[in-house]
Amino acid sequence: MRSSLAQNVGSYCIMVIIAVVTIAPFAWMLIASLHPSHGALPDPSHLAPKQWHWENYQEVLTMDATPFIRFLWNTLIVAVCVTLGQLLICALAGYGFARLQFRGRDLLFFLFIATMMIPTQVTMIPAFLEVRWFGWLNSYWALIMPGLSSAFGVFLMRQFFLTLPRELDDAARIDGCSEFGIFWRIAAPLSAPALATLGAFAFIATWTDFFWPLLVTSATEMRTLEVGLSLFKDAFGNTNWPLQMAAAVLVLIPVLLVFLFTQRYFIRGIALTGLKG
Amino acid sequence: MKDEGRKTGARQEVRGARYTDVRAPRAPRPAPRARSSTGWLFVLPAFVHLCVFVLFPIVFALILSFFRWDVLKPQKPFVGLHNYAVLFHDPLFWNALWNSTYYAIGSVPIGMAVALFVAILAHQKLRGVQLFRTIYYMPAVASSVATAMIWTFIYLPENGLLDWLLNAVGLKGAAQIDWLQSTVWAMPALIFMSIWTGLGPRMVLFLAGLTSIPEPLYEAAAVDGAGRWAAFRHITLPMLLPTTFFILVTSSISAFQVFTPVYMMTKGGPVRHTDVIGYHIYKVAWRQFHMGMASAESYLLFMVIFAVTLVQFKFVSARIDA
Repeated sequence: MRSSLAQNVGSYCIMVIIAVVTIAPFAWMLIASLHPSHGALPDPSHLAPKQWHWENYQEVLTMDATPFIRFLWNTLIVAVCVTLGQLLICALAGYGFARLQFRGRDLLFFLFIATMMIPTQVTMIPAFLEVRWFGWLNSYWALIMPGLSSAFGVFLMRQFFLTLPRELDDAARIDGCSEFGIFWRIAAPLSAPALATLGAFAFIATWTDFFWPLLVTSATEMRTLEVGLSLFKDAFGNTNWPLQMAAAVLVLIPVLLVFLFTQRYFIRGIALTGLKG
Repeated sequence: MKDEGRKTGARQEVRGARYTDVRAPRAPRPAPRARSSTGWLFVLPAFVHLCVFVLFPIVFALILSFFRWDVLKPQKPFVGLHNYAVLFHDPLFWNALWNSTYYAIGSVPIGMAVALFVAILAHQKLRGVQLFRTIYYMPAVASSVATAMIWTFIYLPENGLLDWLLNAVGLKGAAQIDWLQSTVWAMPALIFMSIWTGLGPRMVLFLAGLTSIPEPLYEAAAVDGAGRWAAFRHITLPMLLPTTFFILVTSSISAFQVFTPVYMMTKGGPVRHTDVIGYHIYKVAWRQFHMGMASAESYLLFMVIFAVTLVQFKFVSARIDA
Protein backbone atom coordinates (compact mmCIF):
# COMPACT_ATOMS: atom_id res chain seq x y z
CA MET A 1 0.00 0.00 0.00
CA ARG A 2 2.78 2.43 0.91
CA SER A 3 4.57 1.95 -2.37
CA SER A 4 1.33 2.47 -4.29
CA LEU A 5 0.73 5.74 -2.46
CA ALA A 6 4.26 6.88 -3.26
CA GLN A 7 3.71 5.82 -6.83
CA ASN A 8 0.51 7.88 -7.08
CA VAL A 9 2.21 10.95 -5.63
CA GLY A 10 5.04 10.47 -8.11
CA SER A 11 2.60 10.17 -11.01
CA TYR A 12 0.77 13.31 -9.94
CA CYS A 13 4.03 15.24 -9.67
CA ILE A 14 5.10 14.31 -13.20
CA MET A 15 1.63 14.99 -14.61
CA VAL A 16 1.56 18.41 -12.95
CA ILE A 17 5.00 19.26 -14.34
CA ILE A 18 3.91 18.30 -17.86
CA ALA A 19 0.66 20.23 -17.42
CA VAL A 20 2.66 23.31 -16.38
CA VAL A 21 4.87 23.00 -19.47
CA THR A 22 1.71 22.65 -21.59
CA ILE A 23 -0.03 25.66 -20.08
CA ALA A 24 2.98 27.93 -19.49
CA PRO A 25 3.04 29.31 -23.06
CA PHE A 26 -0.67 30.19 -22.82
CA ALA A 27 -0.21 31.74 -19.39
CA TRP A 28 2.79 33.79 -20.54
CA MET A 29 0.74 34.99 -23.53
CA LEU A 30 -2.09 36.10 -21.22
CA ILE A 31 0.25 37.91 -18.81
CA ALA A 32 2.24 39.56 -21.60
CA SER A 33 -0.98 40.76 -23.23
CA LEU A 34 -1.66 42.91 -20.16
CA HIS A 35 1.70 44.68 -20.14
CA PRO A 36 1.89 48.28 -21.35
CA SER A 37 1.86 48.40 -25.14
CA HIS A 38 4.39 50.52 -27.07
CA GLY A 39 6.81 50.01 -24.15
CA ALA A 40 9.73 47.76 -23.33
CA LEU A 41 9.42 43.99 -23.82
CA PRO A 42 7.63 42.26 -20.93
CA ASP A 43 10.28 40.86 -18.58
CA PRO A 44 9.71 37.32 -17.29
CA SER A 45 11.55 38.28 -14.05
CA HIS A 46 8.60 40.26 -12.73
CA LEU A 47 5.66 38.38 -14.12
CA ALA A 48 2.80 40.71 -13.32
CA PRO A 49 2.82 44.20 -14.81
CA LYS A 50 2.56 47.13 -12.40
CA GLN A 51 -0.81 47.93 -13.94
CA TRP A 52 -3.07 45.61 -15.86
CA HIS A 53 -3.54 47.12 -19.30
CA TRP A 54 -6.91 45.79 -20.36
CA GLU A 55 -7.15 48.60 -22.90
CA ASN A 56 -4.73 46.58 -25.08
CA TYR A 57 -7.68 44.45 -26.07
CA GLN A 58 -9.71 47.50 -27.01
CA GLU A 59 -6.79 48.76 -29.06
CA VAL A 60 -6.56 45.45 -30.94
CA LEU A 61 -10.29 45.42 -31.63
CA THR A 62 -10.32 48.95 -33.01
CA MET A 63 -7.38 48.59 -35.44
CA ASP A 64 -8.47 49.78 -38.89
CA ALA A 65 -6.10 47.52 -40.85
CA THR A 66 -7.30 44.36 -39.10
CA PRO A 67 -11.05 44.47 -38.35
CA PHE A 68 -11.20 41.51 -35.94
CA ILE A 69 -14.97 41.70 -35.51
CA ARG A 70 -15.36 41.27 -39.25
CA PHE A 71 -12.83 38.37 -39.20
CA LEU A 72 -14.79 36.78 -36.37
CA TRP A 73 -18.02 37.11 -38.33
CA ASN A 74 -16.44 35.56 -41.47
CA THR A 75 -14.95 32.70 -39.49
CA LEU A 76 -18.25 32.03 -37.75
CA ILE A 77 -20.25 31.95 -41.02
CA VAL A 78 -17.72 29.65 -42.69
CA ALA A 79 -17.32 27.31 -39.70
CA VAL A 80 -21.10 26.98 -39.17
CA CYS A 81 -21.83 26.35 -42.87
CA VAL A 82 -19.02 23.81 -43.24
CA THR A 83 -20.09 22.01 -40.07
CA LEU A 84 -23.74 21.78 -41.14
CA GLY A 85 -22.74 20.65 -44.63
CA GLN A 86 -20.42 17.96 -43.32
CA LEU A 87 -23.03 16.70 -40.85
CA LEU A 88 -25.55 16.22 -43.65
CA ILE A 89 -23.33 15.04 -46.51
CA CYS A 90 -21.02 12.79 -44.46
CA ALA A 91 -23.91 11.27 -42.50
CA LEU A 92 -25.76 10.43 -45.74
CA ALA A 93 -22.67 8.88 -47.32
CA GLY A 94 -21.67 7.10 -44.12
CA TYR A 95 -25.14 5.60 -43.90
CA GLY A 96 -25.03 4.52 -47.55
CA PHE A 97 -21.66 2.81 -47.09
CA ALA A 98 -22.61 1.14 -43.81
CA ARG A 99 -26.19 0.07 -44.44
CA LEU A 100 -27.01 -0.14 -48.13
CA GLN A 101 -25.92 -2.42 -50.90
CA PHE A 102 -25.02 -1.02 -54.28
CA ARG A 103 -22.74 -1.81 -57.15
CA GLY A 104 -19.17 -0.64 -56.63
CA ARG A 105 -19.72 0.24 -52.99
CA ASP A 106 -16.53 -1.22 -51.57
CA LEU A 107 -14.36 0.15 -54.35
CA LEU A 108 -15.87 3.61 -53.88
CA PHE A 109 -15.33 3.45 -50.13
CA PHE A 110 -11.71 2.45 -50.67
CA LEU A 111 -11.34 5.47 -52.96
CA PHE A 112 -12.56 7.79 -50.19
CA ILE A 113 -10.11 6.29 -47.69
CA ALA A 114 -7.19 6.36 -50.12
CA THR A 115 -7.56 10.11 -50.71
CA MET A 116 -6.80 10.72 -47.03
CA MET A 117 -3.15 9.84 -47.75
CA ILE A 118 -2.70 12.46 -50.46
CA PRO A 119 -0.71 15.43 -49.13
CA THR A 120 -2.52 18.79 -49.08
CA GLN A 121 0.17 20.29 -51.30
CA VAL A 122 -0.90 18.08 -54.21
CA THR A 123 -4.55 19.19 -54.28
CA MET A 124 -4.03 22.82 -53.20
CA ILE A 125 -2.72 24.22 -56.49
CA PRO A 126 -5.41 22.70 -58.77
CA ALA A 127 -8.13 23.44 -56.21
CA PHE A 128 -6.97 27.06 -56.15
CA LEU A 129 -7.03 27.30 -59.97
CA GLU A 130 -10.47 25.69 -60.01
CA VAL A 131 -11.87 28.14 -57.45
CA ARG A 132 -10.36 30.99 -59.48
CA TRP A 133 -12.09 29.78 -62.67
CA PHE A 134 -15.37 29.60 -60.78
CA GLY A 135 -14.80 33.26 -59.86
CA TRP A 136 -14.98 32.40 -56.18
CA LEU A 137 -11.78 34.07 -54.95
CA ASN A 138 -12.52 36.47 -52.09
CA SER A 139 -15.97 35.03 -51.48
CA TYR A 140 -17.61 32.78 -48.95
CA TRP A 141 -18.01 30.18 -51.71
CA ALA A 142 -14.25 29.64 -51.84
CA LEU A 143 -14.06 29.32 -48.06
CA ILE A 144 -17.09 27.06 -47.62
CA MET A 145 -17.49 24.78 -50.66
CA PRO A 146 -14.22 22.78 -50.45
CA GLY A 147 -14.96 21.96 -46.80
CA LEU A 148 -18.54 20.76 -47.19
CA SER A 149 -17.59 17.08 -47.16
CA SER A 150 -14.56 15.13 -46.02
CA ALA A 151 -13.34 11.57 -46.35
CA PHE A 152 -12.60 11.59 -42.64
CA GLY A 153 -16.22 12.52 -41.88
CA VAL A 154 -17.61 9.83 -44.18
CA PHE A 155 -15.32 7.27 -42.54
CA LEU A 156 -16.31 8.34 -39.02
CA MET A 157 -20.05 8.22 -39.73
CA ARG A 158 -19.76 4.85 -41.49
CA GLN A 159 -17.90 3.35 -38.53
CA PHE A 160 -20.66 4.62 -36.26
CA PHE A 161 -23.59 3.41 -38.38
CA LEU A 162 -22.01 -0.06 -38.47
CA THR A 163 -22.49 -0.25 -34.70
CA LEU A 164 -26.23 0.60 -34.77
CA PRO A 165 -28.54 -2.45 -34.48
CA ARG A 166 -30.30 -3.20 -37.75
CA GLU A 167 -33.44 -4.59 -36.17
CA LEU A 168 -34.88 -1.07 -35.97
CA ASP A 169 -34.71 -0.37 -39.69
CA ASP A 170 -36.07 -3.83 -40.49
CA ALA A 171 -39.13 -3.01 -38.39
CA ALA A 172 -39.50 0.38 -40.08
CA ARG A 173 -39.09 -1.20 -43.51
CA ILE A 174 -41.88 -3.66 -42.79
CA ASP A 175 -44.03 -0.66 -41.83
CA GLY A 176 -43.35 0.76 -45.30
CA CYS A 177 -40.78 3.42 -44.41
CA SER A 178 -38.49 4.56 -47.27
CA GLU A 179 -34.70 4.24 -47.00
CA PHE A 180 -34.40 7.99 -46.57
CA GLY A 181 -37.17 7.89 -43.96
CA ILE A 182 -35.23 5.27 -42.02
CA PHE A 183 -32.09 7.40 -42.22
CA TRP A 184 -33.83 10.62 -41.25
CA ARG A 185 -36.27 9.37 -38.59
CA ILE A 186 -34.37 6.46 -37.05
CA ALA A 187 -30.64 6.37 -37.79
CA ALA A 188 -29.90 10.11 -37.63
CA PRO A 189 -31.55 10.72 -34.23
CA LEU A 190 -29.73 7.67 -32.82
CA SER A 191 -26.39 8.94 -34.09
CA ALA A 192 -26.36 12.16 -32.07
CA PRO A 193 -23.05 11.25 -30.35
CA ALA A 194 -21.31 10.56 -33.66
CA LEU A 195 -22.78 13.72 -35.20
CA ALA A 196 -21.56 15.72 -32.22
CA THR A 197 -18.09 14.25 -32.67
CA LEU A 198 -17.99 15.06 -36.37
CA GLY A 199 -19.46 18.51 -35.71
CA ALA A 200 -16.80 19.30 -33.11
CA PHE A 201 -13.99 18.12 -35.39
CA ALA A 202 -15.31 19.98 -38.42
CA PHE A 203 -16.00 23.19 -36.53
CA ILE A 204 -12.58 23.42 -34.88
CA ALA A 205 -10.69 22.28 -37.98
CA THR A 206 -12.43 24.93 -40.10
CA TRP A 207 -12.05 27.60 -37.45
CA THR A 208 -8.30 27.04 -37.16
CA ASP A 209 -7.60 26.39 -40.84
CA PHE A 210 -4.92 28.73 -42.11
CA PHE A 211 -3.47 27.53 -45.42
CA TRP A 212 -6.62 27.48 -47.59
CA PRO A 213 -8.12 30.82 -46.44
CA LEU A 214 -4.67 32.37 -46.92
CA LEU A 215 -4.68 31.24 -50.55
CA VAL A 216 -8.21 32.16 -51.60
CA THR A 217 -8.69 35.51 -49.86
CA SER A 218 -6.81 38.74 -50.44
CA ALA A 219 -9.41 41.38 -49.55
CA THR A 220 -9.26 42.40 -45.90
CA GLU A 221 -13.01 42.08 -45.42
CA MET A 222 -12.95 38.42 -46.52
CA ARG A 223 -10.14 37.27 -44.21
CA THR A 224 -10.75 34.78 -41.43
CA LEU A 225 -9.49 35.10 -37.86
CA GLU A 226 -6.41 32.95 -38.48
CA VAL A 227 -5.32 34.85 -41.56
CA GLY A 228 -6.28 38.16 -39.93
CA LEU A 229 -4.07 37.32 -36.98
CA SER A 230 -1.16 36.54 -39.29
CA LEU A 231 -1.66 39.94 -40.98
CA PHE A 232 -1.62 41.55 -37.55
CA LYS A 233 1.66 39.77 -36.80
CA ASP A 234 3.13 40.87 -40.14
CA ALA A 235 2.18 44.47 -39.41
CA PHE A 236 4.02 44.49 -36.08
CA GLY A 237 6.93 42.15 -36.86
CA ASN A 238 9.05 41.93 -33.76
CA THR A 239 7.54 44.95 -32.07
CA ASN A 240 4.78 45.58 -29.57
CA TRP A 241 4.44 42.06 -28.22
CA PRO A 242 1.74 42.95 -25.65
CA LEU A 243 -0.65 43.93 -28.46
CA GLN A 244 0.32 40.84 -30.49
CA MET A 245 -0.35 38.61 -27.50
CA ALA A 246 -3.69 40.36 -26.86
CA ALA A 247 -4.69 39.61 -30.46
CA ALA A 248 -3.59 35.98 -30.02
CA VAL A 249 -5.70 35.70 -26.86
CA LEU A 250 -8.76 37.06 -28.68
CA VAL A 251 -8.35 34.49 -31.48
CA LEU A 252 -7.68 31.62 -29.07
CA ILE A 253 -10.52 32.13 -26.60
CA PRO A 254 -13.47 31.12 -28.83
CA VAL A 255 -11.82 27.94 -30.11
CA LEU A 256 -10.61 26.88 -26.66
CA LEU A 257 -14.12 27.42 -25.27
CA VAL A 258 -15.63 25.27 -28.02
CA PHE A 259 -13.01 22.61 -27.26
CA LEU A 260 -13.72 22.63 -23.51
CA PHE A 261 -17.42 22.03 -24.14
CA THR A 262 -16.87 19.32 -26.76
CA GLN A 263 -13.66 17.65 -25.57
CA ARG A 264 -15.26 14.32 -24.72
CA TYR A 265 -16.38 14.00 -28.33
CA PHE A 266 -12.80 14.53 -29.49
CA ILE A 267 -11.57 11.66 -27.38
CA ARG A 268 -14.44 9.47 -28.59
CA GLY A 269 -13.93 10.37 -32.24
CA ILE A 270 -10.27 9.48 -32.10
CA ALA A 271 -11.01 6.18 -30.38
CA LEU A 272 -13.71 5.40 -32.98
CA THR A 273 -11.68 6.10 -36.08
CA GLY A 274 -8.07 6.02 -34.98
CA LEU A 275 -7.60 9.33 -36.77
CA LYS A 276 -7.16 12.85 -35.62
CA GLY A 277 -9.03 14.65 -38.34
CA MET B 1 -20.17 -13.92 -45.42
CA LYS B 2 -20.62 -15.03 -49.00
CA ASP B 3 -22.46 -18.19 -48.01
CA GLU B 4 -24.88 -16.24 -45.90
CA GLY B 5 -25.67 -14.06 -48.89
CA ARG B 6 -26.27 -17.06 -51.09
CA LYS B 7 -28.61 -18.64 -48.60
CA THR B 8 -30.86 -15.62 -48.64
CA GLY B 9 -30.69 -15.67 -52.40
CA ALA B 10 -30.30 -11.90 -52.72
CA ARG B 11 -28.04 -11.31 -55.72
CA GLN B 12 -26.92 -7.86 -54.73
CA GLU B 13 -25.87 -9.26 -51.37
CA VAL B 14 -23.41 -11.66 -53.00
CA ARG B 15 -22.02 -8.85 -55.05
CA GLY B 16 -21.44 -6.59 -52.07
CA ALA B 17 -20.21 -9.33 -49.82
CA ARG B 18 -16.49 -8.70 -50.25
CA TYR B 19 -16.19 -6.48 -47.26
CA THR B 20 -13.02 -4.42 -46.99
CA ASP B 21 -13.31 -3.27 -43.42
CA VAL B 22 -11.60 -5.44 -40.85
CA ARG B 23 -13.24 -3.68 -37.97
CA ALA B 24 -16.82 -4.15 -39.13
CA PRO B 25 -18.58 -5.45 -36.07
CA ARG B 26 -20.84 -7.79 -38.04
CA ALA B 27 -21.59 -8.91 -41.53
CA PRO B 28 -24.23 -6.76 -43.22
CA ARG B 29 -27.58 -8.48 -43.32
CA PRO B 30 -29.68 -8.18 -46.44
CA ALA B 31 -31.81 -5.10 -46.81
CA PRO B 32 -34.81 -6.64 -48.58
CA ARG B 33 -36.21 -3.74 -50.58
CA ALA B 34 -33.13 -1.55 -50.90
CA ARG B 35 -32.33 -1.08 -54.57
CA SER B 36 -28.86 -0.40 -55.86
CA SER B 37 -29.79 3.13 -56.92
CA THR B 38 -30.87 4.14 -53.40
CA GLY B 39 -27.40 3.50 -52.01
CA TRP B 40 -25.87 5.59 -54.79
CA LEU B 41 -28.20 8.47 -53.98
CA PHE B 42 -26.96 8.47 -50.38
CA VAL B 43 -23.29 8.72 -51.32
CA LEU B 44 -23.82 10.94 -54.36
CA PRO B 45 -23.34 14.37 -52.70
CA ALA B 46 -20.12 13.22 -51.00
CA PHE B 47 -18.92 11.60 -54.22
CA VAL B 48 -19.55 14.71 -56.33
CA HIS B 49 -17.68 16.76 -53.74
CA LEU B 50 -14.81 14.26 -53.75
CA CYS B 51 -14.62 14.44 -57.55
CA VAL B 52 -14.59 18.24 -57.71
CA PHE B 53 -12.29 19.04 -54.80
CA VAL B 54 -10.06 15.96 -54.48
CA LEU B 55 -10.03 13.51 -57.40
CA PHE B 56 -10.00 16.08 -60.20
CA PRO B 57 -7.28 18.15 -58.46
CA ILE B 58 -5.12 15.03 -58.01
CA VAL B 59 -5.26 14.30 -61.75
CA PHE B 60 -4.98 17.97 -62.68
CA ALA B 61 -1.87 18.39 -60.49
CA LEU B 62 -0.17 15.61 -62.44
CA ILE B 63 -1.10 17.29 -65.74
CA LEU B 64 0.10 20.67 -64.44
CA SER B 65 3.46 19.16 -63.56
CA PHE B 66 4.10 18.53 -67.30
CA PHE B 67 3.53 22.19 -68.22
CA ARG B 68 5.30 25.46 -67.67
CA TRP B 69 2.22 26.89 -66.01
CA ASP B 70 2.80 30.48 -64.95
CA VAL B 71 -0.37 32.14 -63.66
CA LEU B 72 0.68 35.54 -64.94
CA LYS B 73 1.66 34.44 -68.47
CA PRO B 74 -0.94 33.65 -71.14
CA GLN B 75 1.00 30.85 -72.87
CA LYS B 76 1.41 27.66 -70.85
CA PRO B 77 3.59 25.32 -72.93
CA PHE B 78 3.80 21.56 -72.48
CA VAL B 79 7.31 20.69 -71.33
CA GLY B 80 7.07 16.96 -70.65
CA LEU B 81 9.32 15.82 -67.84
CA HIS B 82 11.31 19.05 -67.91
CA ASN B 83 10.07 20.24 -64.50
CA TYR B 84 11.12 16.96 -62.90
CA ALA B 85 14.51 17.10 -64.61
CA VAL B 86 15.07 20.64 -63.34
CA LEU B 87 14.09 19.65 -59.82
CA PHE B 88 16.51 16.75 -59.89
CA HIS B 89 19.37 19.24 -60.18
CA ASP B 90 17.82 21.96 -58.02
CA PRO B 91 19.80 22.35 -54.77
CA LEU B 92 16.94 24.37 -53.22
CA PHE B 93 14.51 21.48 -53.75
CA TRP B 94 16.90 18.96 -52.21
CA ASN B 95 17.59 21.35 -49.38
CA ALA B 96 13.83 21.56 -48.69
CA LEU B 97 13.47 17.78 -48.81
CA TRP B 98 16.39 17.39 -46.43
CA ASN B 99 14.92 19.97 -44.03
CA SER B 100 11.59 18.14 -44.03
CA THR B 101 13.37 14.86 -43.34
CA TYR B 102 15.26 16.48 -40.46
CA TYR B 103 12.01 17.88 -39.11
CA ALA B 104 10.22 14.52 -39.36
CA ILE B 105 13.09 12.52 -37.85
CA GLY B 106 13.40 15.06 -35.06
CA SER B 107 9.76 15.55 -34.20
CA VAL B 108 8.10 12.17 -34.78
CA PRO B 109 10.12 9.68 -32.65
CA ILE B 110 10.67 12.08 -29.74
CA GLY B 111 7.07 13.27 -29.90
CA MET B 112 5.84 9.69 -29.86
CA ALA B 113 8.08 8.69 -26.95
CA VAL B 114 6.87 11.67 -24.91
CA ALA B 115 3.24 10.92 -25.81
CA LEU B 116 3.61 7.24 -24.84
CA PHE B 117 5.15 8.21 -21.51
CA VAL B 118 2.34 10.69 -20.82
CA ALA B 119 -0.32 8.19 -21.97
CA ILE B 120 0.96 5.57 -19.52
CA LEU B 121 0.79 8.15 -16.74
CA ALA B 122 -2.69 9.29 -17.75
CA HIS B 123 -3.90 5.71 -18.15
CA GLN B 124 -3.75 5.08 -14.39
CA LYS B 125 -6.97 5.15 -12.41
CA LEU B 126 -6.24 8.39 -10.62
CA ARG B 127 -8.64 11.10 -9.53
CA GLY B 128 -8.69 14.09 -11.84
CA VAL B 129 -6.79 12.33 -14.60
CA GLN B 130 -9.41 13.50 -17.11
CA LEU B 131 -8.50 17.11 -16.34
CA PHE B 132 -4.86 16.40 -17.19
CA ARG B 133 -5.84 14.74 -20.46
CA THR B 134 -7.87 17.82 -21.42
CA ILE B 135 -4.95 20.11 -20.59
CA TYR B 136 -2.49 18.05 -22.65
CA TYR B 137 -4.86 18.19 -25.62
CA MET B 138 -5.30 21.98 -25.62
CA PRO B 139 -2.29 22.96 -27.79
CA ALA B 140 -3.54 20.70 -30.59
CA VAL B 141 -6.85 22.53 -31.00
CA ALA B 142 -5.46 26.01 -30.38
CA SER B 143 -5.12 28.25 -33.42
CA SER B 144 -1.81 27.38 -35.10
CA VAL B 145 -1.14 31.02 -35.98
CA ALA B 146 -1.63 32.09 -32.37
CA THR B 147 0.59 29.31 -31.00
CA ALA B 148 3.27 30.18 -33.55
CA MET B 149 3.17 33.78 -32.30
CA ILE B 150 3.37 32.65 -28.68
CA TRP B 151 6.43 30.49 -29.38
CA THR B 152 8.13 33.22 -31.41
CA PHE B 153 7.68 35.39 -28.33
CA ILE B 154 9.06 32.64 -26.05
CA TYR B 155 12.12 32.13 -28.27
CA LEU B 156 13.05 35.86 -28.34
CA PRO B 157 16.67 36.50 -27.34
CA GLU B 158 15.84 39.57 -25.27
CA ASN B 159 13.42 38.84 -22.41
CA GLY B 160 12.34 35.61 -24.05
CA LEU B 161 10.81 33.13 -21.62
CA LEU B 162 13.09 30.26 -22.69
CA ASP B 163 16.36 32.17 -22.38
CA TRP B 164 15.17 33.59 -19.07
CA LEU B 165 14.46 30.06 -17.77
CA LEU B 166 17.84 28.75 -19.00
CA ASN B 167 19.50 31.67 -17.28
CA ALA B 168 17.57 30.96 -14.08
CA VAL B 169 18.80 27.36 -13.96
CA GLY B 170 22.37 28.51 -14.59
CA LEU B 171 22.80 27.59 -18.27
CA LYS B 172 24.29 30.97 -19.13
CA GLY B 173 25.74 29.82 -22.46
CA ALA B 174 22.45 28.44 -23.78
CA ALA B 175 20.64 31.52 -22.51
CA GLN B 176 22.46 33.66 -25.10
CA ILE B 177 20.94 31.80 -28.05
CA ASP B 178 18.67 33.65 -30.45
CA TRP B 179 16.73 30.47 -31.19
CA LEU B 180 14.85 31.32 -34.38
CA GLN B 181 17.74 33.29 -35.92
CA SER B 182 20.31 30.55 -35.42
CA THR B 183 21.12 28.24 -38.34
CA VAL B 184 21.78 25.47 -35.82
CA TRP B 185 18.89 26.00 -33.42
CA ALA B 186 15.96 27.23 -35.53
CA MET B 187 14.95 23.72 -36.62
CA PRO B 188 15.22 22.17 -33.12
CA ALA B 189 13.12 25.10 -31.87
CA LEU B 190 10.38 24.26 -34.41
CA ILE B 191 10.65 20.57 -33.51
CA PHE B 192 10.29 21.27 -29.79
CA MET B 193 7.15 23.29 -30.46
CA SER B 194 5.73 20.45 -32.62
CA ILE B 195 6.19 18.01 -29.74
CA TRP B 196 4.18 20.38 -27.54
CA THR B 197 1.43 20.67 -30.18
CA GLY B 198 1.27 16.99 -31.08
CA LEU B 199 1.22 15.59 -27.55
CA GLY B 200 -2.58 15.49 -27.09
CA PRO B 201 -3.73 13.58 -30.19
CA ARG B 202 -0.87 11.07 -29.95
CA MET B 203 -1.56 10.56 -26.24
CA VAL B 204 -5.26 9.89 -26.89
CA LEU B 205 -4.38 7.29 -29.55
CA PHE B 206 -1.92 5.59 -27.18
CA LEU B 207 -4.59 5.69 -24.44
CA ALA B 208 -7.00 3.86 -26.76
CA GLY B 209 -4.27 1.29 -27.42
CA LEU B 210 -3.47 0.87 -23.73
CA THR B 211 -7.15 0.34 -22.90
CA SER B 212 -7.30 -2.57 -25.32
CA ILE B 213 -4.49 -4.51 -23.59
CA PRO B 214 -6.15 -7.23 -21.46
CA GLU B 215 -5.49 -6.75 -17.74
CA PRO B 216 -4.88 -10.53 -17.07
CA LEU B 217 -1.64 -10.29 -19.09
CA TYR B 218 -0.21 -7.95 -16.46
CA GLU B 219 -1.58 -10.06 -13.61
CA ALA B 220 0.06 -13.17 -15.05
CA ALA B 221 3.33 -11.28 -15.47
CA ALA B 222 3.14 -10.08 -11.86
CA VAL B 223 2.58 -13.66 -10.68
CA ASP B 224 5.66 -14.68 -12.62
CA GLY B 225 7.58 -12.00 -10.76
CA ALA B 226 8.01 -9.54 -13.62
CA GLY B 227 8.80 -5.98 -12.59
CA ARG B 228 7.24 -2.83 -14.06
CA TRP B 229 10.00 -2.42 -16.63
CA ALA B 230 9.78 -6.06 -17.73
CA ALA B 231 5.99 -5.78 -18.05
CA PHE B 232 6.40 -2.61 -20.13
CA ARG B 233 9.09 -4.16 -22.31
CA HIS B 234 7.40 -7.52 -22.89
CA ILE B 235 3.67 -6.73 -22.71
CA THR B 236 2.92 -3.04 -23.24
CA LEU B 237 5.31 -2.35 -26.10
CA PRO B 238 4.49 -5.46 -28.20
CA MET B 239 0.75 -5.07 -27.61
CA LEU B 240 0.94 -1.41 -28.63
CA LEU B 241 2.73 -2.19 -31.90
CA PRO B 242 -0.33 -1.61 -34.16
CA THR B 243 -1.11 1.69 -32.38
CA THR B 244 2.53 2.76 -32.52
CA PHE B 245 2.70 1.92 -36.19
CA PHE B 246 -0.47 3.88 -36.92
CA ILE B 247 0.80 6.96 -35.07
CA LEU B 248 4.21 6.65 -36.74
CA VAL B 249 2.66 6.62 -40.22
CA THR B 250 0.14 9.44 -39.70
CA SER B 251 2.65 11.62 -37.80
CA SER B 252 5.29 11.18 -40.49
CA ILE B 253 2.79 12.06 -43.23
CA SER B 254 1.78 15.26 -41.47
CA ALA B 255 5.38 16.13 -40.49
CA PHE B 256 6.32 16.18 -44.19
CA GLN B 257 3.52 18.69 -44.83
CA VAL B 258 4.22 21.19 -42.03
CA PHE B 259 3.54 24.76 -43.14
CA THR B 260 2.05 27.23 -40.64
CA PRO B 261 4.83 27.31 -38.00
CA VAL B 262 7.47 27.82 -40.69
CA TYR B 263 5.41 30.50 -42.46
CA MET B 264 4.78 32.34 -39.19
CA MET B 265 8.04 31.88 -37.29
CA THR B 266 11.02 31.63 -39.65
CA LYS B 267 9.84 32.14 -43.27
CA GLY B 268 12.18 29.27 -44.06
CA GLY B 269 15.18 31.11 -42.63
CA PRO B 270 17.79 31.69 -41.41
CA VAL B 271 19.42 31.11 -44.81
CA ARG B 272 16.91 28.37 -45.78
CA HIS B 273 17.75 26.20 -42.78
CA THR B 274 14.04 25.69 -42.03
CA ASP B 275 12.82 25.89 -45.63
CA VAL B 276 10.75 22.69 -45.47
CA ILE B 277 9.11 21.23 -48.55
CA GLY B 278 5.55 22.29 -47.59
CA TYR B 279 6.67 25.90 -47.34
CA HIS B 280 8.96 25.66 -50.37
CA ILE B 281 6.08 24.50 -52.59
CA TYR B 282 3.95 27.39 -51.34
CA LYS B 283 6.67 29.87 -52.27
CA VAL B 284 7.19 28.41 -55.75
CA ALA B 285 3.44 28.38 -56.45
CA TRP B 286 2.28 31.62 -54.85
CA ARG B 287 5.37 33.83 -54.68
CA GLN B 288 7.02 32.90 -58.00
CA PHE B 289 3.75 31.71 -59.65
CA HIS B 290 5.41 28.58 -61.11
CA MET B 291 2.36 26.38 -60.60
CA GLY B 292 3.65 23.63 -62.94
CA MET B 293 6.97 23.39 -61.14
CA ALA B 294 5.25 23.47 -57.76
CA SER B 295 2.91 20.66 -58.87
CA ALA B 296 5.92 18.57 -59.88
CA GLU B 297 7.39 19.20 -56.43
CA SER B 298 4.14 18.21 -54.76
CA TYR B 299 4.08 14.93 -56.68
CA LEU B 300 7.65 14.21 -55.67
CA LEU B 301 6.64 14.98 -52.07
CA PHE B 302 3.78 12.53 -52.45
CA MET B 303 6.23 9.87 -53.67
CA VAL B 304 8.55 10.54 -50.73
CA ILE B 305 5.66 10.21 -48.28
CA PHE B 306 4.53 7.03 -50.03
CA ALA B 307 8.03 5.56 -49.88
CA VAL B 308 8.42 6.44 -46.20
CA THR B 309 5.08 4.80 -45.42
CA LEU B 310 6.08 1.71 -47.40
CA VAL B 311 9.40 1.39 -45.55
CA GLN B 312 7.59 1.71 -42.23
CA PHE B 313 5.13 -0.99 -43.34
CA LYS B 314 7.97 -3.34 -44.30
CA PHE B 315 9.78 -2.68 -41.04
CA VAL B 316 6.74 -3.32 -38.88
CA SER B 317 5.57 -6.44 -40.71
CA ALA B 318 9.12 -7.82 -40.36
CA ARG B 319 8.88 -7.24 -36.59
CA ILE B 320 5.48 -8.93 -36.42
CA ASP B 321 6.76 -11.97 -38.32
CA ALA B 322 9.86 -12.28 -36.14
